[in-house]
Amino acid sequence: MTQPSQIQQSSITWSPPPWIRPVWLQWLVILGCIIYLILALSTQQVNWERVVAGGERAVRMVSDFLRPDFTARQRDVWNGILESLVMTVVASVLGFLISIPIGFGAARTISPLPIYLLCRGIIALARTFQEVIVAILFVIVVGFGPLAGVLTLSFTTIGFLSKLLAEKIEEIDPAPLEAIRATGASWLQLMDYAVLPQVMPRLIGLTIYRFDINLRESAIVGIVGAGGIGATLETAFDRYEFRTAGAILIIIIALVMVTEWSSTLIRKRLL
Amino acid sequence: MLVVRKLTKRYTTGDLALKGIDLEVPRGQMMALIGPSGSGKSTFIRCINRLVEPTSGQILLDGTDIISLDPAALRQMRRRIGMIFQEYALVERLSVMENVLSGRLGYVNFWQSWLRRFPQSDITEAFRLLDRVGLSQFVDKRADALSGGQRQRVGIARALIQNPDLLLVDEPTASLDPKTSRQIMRLLTELAQERGLTVIVNIHDVPLAQLFAQRIVGLRLGEIVYDGPPDGLNSAMLTSIYGDEDWSTMPIVEHQHSGDAALVSSEMAR
Repeated sequence: MTQPSQIQQSSITWSPPPWIRPVWLQWLVILGCIIYLILALSTQQVNWERVVAGGERAVRMVSDFLRPDFTARQRDVWNGILESLVMTVVASVLGFLISIPIGFGAARTISPLPIYLLCRGIIALARTFQEVIVAILFVIVVGFGPLAGVLTLSFTTIGFLSKLLAEKIEEIDPAPLEAIRATGASWLQLMDYAVLPQVMPRLIGLTIYRFDINLRESAIVGIVGAGGIGATLETAFDRYEFRTAGAILIIIIALVMVTEWSSTLIRKRLL
Repeated sequence: MLVVRKLTKRYTTGDLALKGIDLEVPRGQMMALIGPSGSGKSTFIRCINRLVEPTSGQILLDGTDIISLDPAALRQMRRRIGMIFQEYALVERLSVMENVLSGRLGYVNFWQSWLRRFPQSDITEAFRLLDRVGLSQFVDKRADALSGGQRQRVGIARALIQNPDLLLVDEPTASLDPKTSRQIMRLLTELAQERGLTVIVNIHDVPLAQLFAQRIVGLRLGEIVYDGPPDGLNSAMLTSIYGDEDWSTMPIVEHQHSGDAALVSSEMAR
């Protein structure tokens, strides 16, 4: 009968433990953050005249976006879209083909150490830089135009696909690998019979996903001169042709939605 | 004839899994290898086809030392050694036919196997084997659509299509129910006898080993502690293999080979 009486006393209180001990240090950290925030905000000199002027431009831009003009630069827009699509397809296929050997080489469970290190190095390099920076480099090397875009997207696709492929390979069921090796199969046959069937669904899914990403990125890399619809979009903005820019944005949105929708369909069918 | 001399295996972790195994298995013998988990059974049979690299010793298959073979010669040798696994180790997303034909990979070149264009003789043999193991109506089914017993039959067909001289069998029944286990073991024994194969079976199930094997080898901590006929296993032997336990509930089956003498002696014991 002692237990109920203890509860009735309700002298035992509970509160969540502090994140940082001792408690005074926790309050010091919180106070420090608040002071820093105030100081940081006070250094931002906001020019209210420019904000107001910008607001006017923003209103104009939005109202122009709401009346997209598909006809004024019809030719440029369609050429840009076509170029973007070609860049996306070529880069995705190229990236896919190159990713397979690199992905296999980067899987520790099936490849010898020197090849593993080499392939991991390539992946690290391909993943270090953001698309725009890679695009700028390729524009410098091969000049303006879609070739720079294709190279950029292929390069970043390799980083993405090989890394995820290698990770998938490292986690496959090792038993079939052992069984196929025991038949006297060569290394290539081992890959074909024991590894590929196990990673294929994932590889196809990832490639379709990367196709989506490449389509979106193809619009971005165009802004730095690597061809595609991005170049057209950039020109439209430069000339304050917001109605054309609005049309281009709508087309990009529609394209991404179509690929999204078809990739879902393909994945359902295939896997 | 398989001859193993002073076979040792030390893993990189430092564990000594096999402590100098000496063993001779004559052609056509069905030998069961029993022993507790960690006794080195699995390591032992994987050393024979070098899925696990032995540390030292000799493994002679009809006079050829498997341990000294270079990679190309090892692949040639592996064609002569069929292997059957505990969890079947089929490639689940491939069809039954592809799984069976994968047993021929050591005999065809890469392009033939990539395009799935195996020689007609291989395909004929695959159909014959699938018929023999009772799976002729599952040829184009995917392996993951089969039951456990059916999968192990595919595993058996895959090993036999290699046309091996030696069959290594790792816990073939550990994932199967008692009835299917007996069916699989009977099928294995029959097929091995038909083809005159030497068989080494790792098996947990002692009564099953006694029922089907001609010889039993008991392994404990990487050493052979029993080597003899199936009916020579008594509770004292089981204790030396597996450790102290009450073995009275273990139904120790009288083997067919033990003949009348054993039957008489067990009659007299009553």
